[in-house]
Formats: sequence, structure tokens, C-alpha cells
Amino acid sequence: MIRDYQAVLDRVTRVGKIRAALLVSTADGIPVAEVAMEGLEGRVVAALAASLARRVERAARSAGRQLPVFIHLQGAEGEILTARCGADLLMVAVTEPGVNAGLLRLEFHRAIELVG
Amino acid sequence: MSEDIRVMTAQLAADPTSLVFLALGEMLRRRRQLEAAQKVALAGLARYPDLPDAHDLYARILGDLGDTERAFDEWEIALRLEPGHVGAHKGLGFLYFVGGDLERAQRHLETAFAGEPEDEGVAAALERVRIGLQEDIAERTTLPIEPPARATPPPPPRASGGGAPAPAPTPVPRTSVPATVSGWAMVGDEGIVLADLQGHRLAGRMRAPTGDDVSDAVAAHLAAAAQEAARAARLLGLGVWSAVVAESHDGNLLVTTPTEDSVLALLRDTSMPVARLRMLGDRASTAAREWLEDVS
Repeated sequence: MIRDYQAVLDRVTRVGKIRAALLVSTADGIPVAEVAMEGLEGRVVAALAASLARRVERAARSAGRQLPVFIHLQGAEGEILTARCGADLLMVAVTEPGVNAGLLRLEFHRAIELVG
Repeated sequence: MSEDIRVMTAQLAADPTSLVFLALGEMLRRRRQLEAAQKVALAGLARYPDLPDAHDLYARILGDLGDTERAFDEWEIALRLEPGHVGAHKGLGFLYFVGGDLERAQRHLETAFAGEPEDEGVAAALERVRIGLQEDIAERTTLPIEPPARATPPPPPRASGGGAPAPAPTPVPRTSVPATVSGWAMVGDEGIVLADLQGHRLAGRMRAPTGDDVSDAVAAHLAAAAQEAARAARLLGLGVWSAVVAESHDGNLLVTTPTEDSVLALLRDTSMPVARLRMLGDRASTAAREWLEDVS
């Protein structure tokens, strides 16, 4: 496990079309580390992503499923991908539309192994 | 460096305007010298930005590099420049095939095949796509999601009222209809729920792995998830949200919005690829929208 969160997030941004990459505390929705915040405020992204993840997690749990590993929101002008990094952290990427979601997921997997 | 490559490189050096870059780039690509191939293609594109073959070459190199998204873009550019470009149709056909969009794959591959009927690779791909489409149709006959066919007794066809023609019925046994709302378009599916934004279930049913009926609980949480998705999308400048996928180790949940007042959840086990789940979600969403229009 490593704690160089910035280095981990830097790797995520190499996927391309990343507007923001963050590690967020799941307990309070506060950013722990952030990079490439292109016109976005870290605290806002963190709070919204954590809240979205909580709501979607509840929906998945209500269907009798385990906690989601990935949550992917698609919008007309961009996307959000979140992934649980252990019990305490949420990895978040806000992207431009048309990001290579497959590559981003792979990078998230690697990042989770490093952080989680 | 092979003799061919050496000769073409020398030709290009002597005359940078030469179209030999196309052959050179392709040869480098085939020899897996992708970095060199990319340089050649980009230099050629800089000189000939309106040459479809140059975009096609670059797309193939990008495809080999695993950058299918940009490859897609390049082939689209090639088609805009030359709508019948065989290489671009072939490339897009393969990409759509890999992406699971068999209908689009078939259209592109048929166009490519018409242009190059002797291309065995295209012929084989087209055959695979056709088989896949047949399997898809066969599967749809047992798919739990039915396009907006009516529960018995059927209402008058919409076509008679001057609207759109009534959709063709799908051969799904009507006897297994568990619809909670008369006429709902989902037959026998226990992994789909439609709700309003107040969290009331409108139709559908969902069961937990334990067998418990969790339909109403899911509907209640769906509305909250949808509202949060809308809020995040709006405040982060992501435009209108179209779908949220939650991937768990024991199932994937797709949330989408058939209309601005409704939200739909589709649950499948992890054996179904997420891209396929999205396609299924699109169909379900369309069916739900039409059903909502009918009952409202």
C-alpha cells in the first residue's frame, strides 16, 4: 500500500480527457488529494461524487447486491467514475465526454491496488 | 530495417510530398513498428489533411495501439471525406462489432464488402456479425424485456388514431406476465423496475438473490439516486445525465431515465458485459417511455 496519493492520481490523468481526479474521504466527502482540477473546485466535486456514490450504493444494496466497486455516471457533456478504495476512500474522476472508460477503469484498478 | 522500408524511407526523404508515406506507414504498422508508423502517418496527415487514406492509415495504427476511440474518430473523418471509403467502413465495422453494436457493424461491413468482395477478412467478419444478429433475435424472443406489446386485451392500435404505427409484437409468452400495471412492457423479468421521482414504483419487479421481492425498496432508492445524479451532472457541467451503472461483484445495476419524470433500474448478473447492459437499458428505456406515453 502506498500513500503517495498524488502520484496515483497523476497516473489516472494520463488516460486523457480527465478534468479532475480525486481521492475523497467516504466519511465526510472531503477531498484527501486532487489533481488536474480543470475549472472545478475539489470540495464541490468531492461532495457531489461522495453523495452520488452513497445514493447509488443504497439503491444497489436495496436490490440485495454488494457495495458497488465502480459507479459510472454518463452525461451528455462529461462523465464521472467513482471506485471504492478500501473502506475509507473513494477514487473519483470527472471526465470530458468520450473518455476511454475501459482504460480509465484499468487505471482505477491499478490505483486501488496501490492505495487500498 | 527491411529493404522495402529503406527504399520507401529514402523516397519520402527525397520527396516529402510523396504519397509513399501511405505504404511506408502501413508496412511499419504490419511490422509492429507502431511508433515509427505513427510518425509517418502524422507527417503525412499534416501534409494531406483531406486525404481519406491518410486518416484510414492513422486509424489503423491507433487501433493497433489500443486507442480505439481516436481510431473511431479518424475513420469517421475518412468517411466524411469519402463516404464510400472501404477501409473506414471496414474499421468502423470491426469497432462496432467489438463494441457489441451488431446492427451498425453489419451496415459498415456490408458497405466494405460491396467495395471489396474479395476481402476474406471482411467476409468472415460479416458472417460472424450476421450469426450474432440471428442469435440476438433468437435471444430476444426469450428476453424478459418486451417492446411495447400490449397485455391482453390489446387496446386499439395507435396507427388507427393517426399516430405512429403499432410496434410489431415480440413472440414472448403472454401467460407469464407478472405486470403490476396493465400493459407494462416487461414480461417475466424480475430484474427491472420503473419508478417515478417520488420513489413510487410504476411497474416492474426486482428480486434479491435471496428471492425477496425488493421492488418497492429499489424504487424508493432509485428516485434519490436519480435526483443525485441530476444534481451532480448539473453542478459539474456534465449536461443531461443519461445513465448510471453500479458494478458490484454480484451484479450490475443500470439506472436510466426514460422520461424526465421517471427512472428505470435494470439489474443483471456480472456475466452480462456492461456495454451489453447499456444496450439492454436503452431498449427497456424506449419501451418504458412508450408505455408511459400510452398510460398517461
